[in-house]
Amino acid sequence: MEGQYSEKVMEHFRNPRNVGEIPDASGIGNVGNPVCGDIMRLYIKVDENEVITDAKFKTFGCGAAIATSSMVTELVKGKTVGEALKVSNHAVAEALGGLPKIKMHCSVLAEQALRSAIDDYIAKKSRKAA
Amino acid sequence: MRKVYLDNNATTRIREEVLRAMLPYYKEIYGNASSVHEFGRAARMAVDDARVEAAGLIGASSIEEVIFTGSGTEADNFAVKGVAHALKSKGNHIITSSIEHQAVLNACKFLEREGYKVTYLKVDKDGIVDIDELKASITDKTILVTIMYANNEVGTIEPVEEIGRIVKEKGVYFHTDAVQAAGKIPFEVKNMNIDLLSMSAHKIYGPKGVGILYIKKGTKITPQMLGGHHEMGKRAGTENVAGIVGLGKAAELAKKEIGEEKKNLTILRDYLHKGITARIESVRPNGHPEKRLPNTLNVGFKYLEGESIVLNLDLEGVAVSTGSACTSGSLEPSHVLTAMGVDPAETQGSIRFSLGRDNTRDDMDYVLQVLPPIIKRLRDMSPLYEKGK
Repeated sequence: MEGQYSEKVMEHFRNPRNVGEIPDASGIGNVGNPVCGDIMRLYIKVDENEVITDAKFKTFGCGAAIATSSMVTELVKGKTVGEALKVSNHAVAEALGGLPKIKMHCSVLAEQALRSAIDDYIAKKSRKAA
Repeated sequence: MRKVYLDNNATTRIREEVLRAMLPYYKEIYGNASSVHEFGRAARMAVDDARVEAAGLIGASSIEEVIFTGSGTEADNFAVKGVAHALKSKGNHIITSSIEHQAVLNACKFLEREGYKVTYLKVDKDGIVDIDELKASITDKTILVTIMYANNEVGTIEPVEEIGRIVKEKGVYFHTDAVQAAGKIPFEVKNMNIDLLSMSAHKIYGPKGVGILYIKKGTKITPQMLGGHHEMGKRAGTENVAGIVGLGKAAELAKKEIGEEKKNLTILRDYLHKGITARIESVRPNGHPEKRLPNTLNVGFKYLEGESIVLNLDLEGVAVSTGSACTSGSLEPSHVLTAMGVDPAETQGSIRFSLGRDNTRDDMDYVLQVLPPIIKRLRDMSPLYEKGK
């Protein structure tokens, strides 16, 4: 429902942080599909100390999808991979001052995008090690 | 900031003349239209005058065929459920289309739970109902065909005259939801084999909370609202006198100005459409190119989701919608666009611009100025866009 977004959601929707791509990303997460109306692609850059030094996103979706994408990139920057794995959809929604009930799935998608990017990073790392 | 309202299919701004006509019925002439005293008689007279105007707008042969309701939705419910209940012993089959407003669709679904059978006709890519399927679907159990006059999301005008002829031949009742058509395109129900027709005041610069159901003389219908003997025993409840007066005034003005307004809105609408197409790539119009309401433009912006466009336009003072206001609480893609066979990904980025009499060319120029950067910014953010490049 439009008009029920918190100020924080609207602020992130208006000025989304970290839009774009990371060409040499350590991990890329892809979730959602256009039929249900949301697609998120999340890029993370991880340094040798397992710290996420950069995160960027591209999102097709509603206001909440864009705001949660923006917020999740903000939340994980500077965190270790282990800490980032603990970032839940509720944490994303809470940081945005809450989401309308009908839009909570957007925060779930943001969490899934983050997990997917971390999974990709771990898979790439283990391939390198092998 | 400039404000541009382009959501007139959701609702319109009440006209000054309409509001002025209504106000005395809140203040001085506040009687109950059923009362015998002077206060009541004055209210009754106003209700009857409004009935004349409403009958005039839709071309009814008699004012007794016009029943005031509380909304277009109530009129739709009354028509669909009222006919189904009245003709229960005759049959249990109803035919409608897959692109109806929720008022008709949900009334049909309600009847399905009561044991009625409902056929939902397919539409073509422009949103026109499948006439062959209609002919093939009518059986001796069919009691009602209900097909909208014009669609609220894409503006496509259905071939109601042809449908009326077909349905009449089979001796079946025909109801049309004309909430979007009445006052925008001229018609006369008495020449069209229409048995029931719904309309609403607030779509034609009248007040919210009042509509009508046209019921052709002799049509069997079971009242859905029970109580007193209001509205010739067909719809109980104290008349919303001021609202009805407003509907009457809005109908009178619409009838007078329909030709001029149709012309003006078509020019503005097409100007907006051309401007969008010239400035933005990968845009597709939805709805019939010609058989369409003069004020409605529905376009799909590829690679994008509609709400993000609506919210961004809102930040620039421009009010549009993704489809129907009545479905905006839903996450499902538009049932209208889906029925028209629009690619599921593309239904997401469809925006309805519905113009009204207050709109000017400057409004269109403003939209054409603010829209392209919004689309560009959102597309730059969309993971689907690069694939399309």
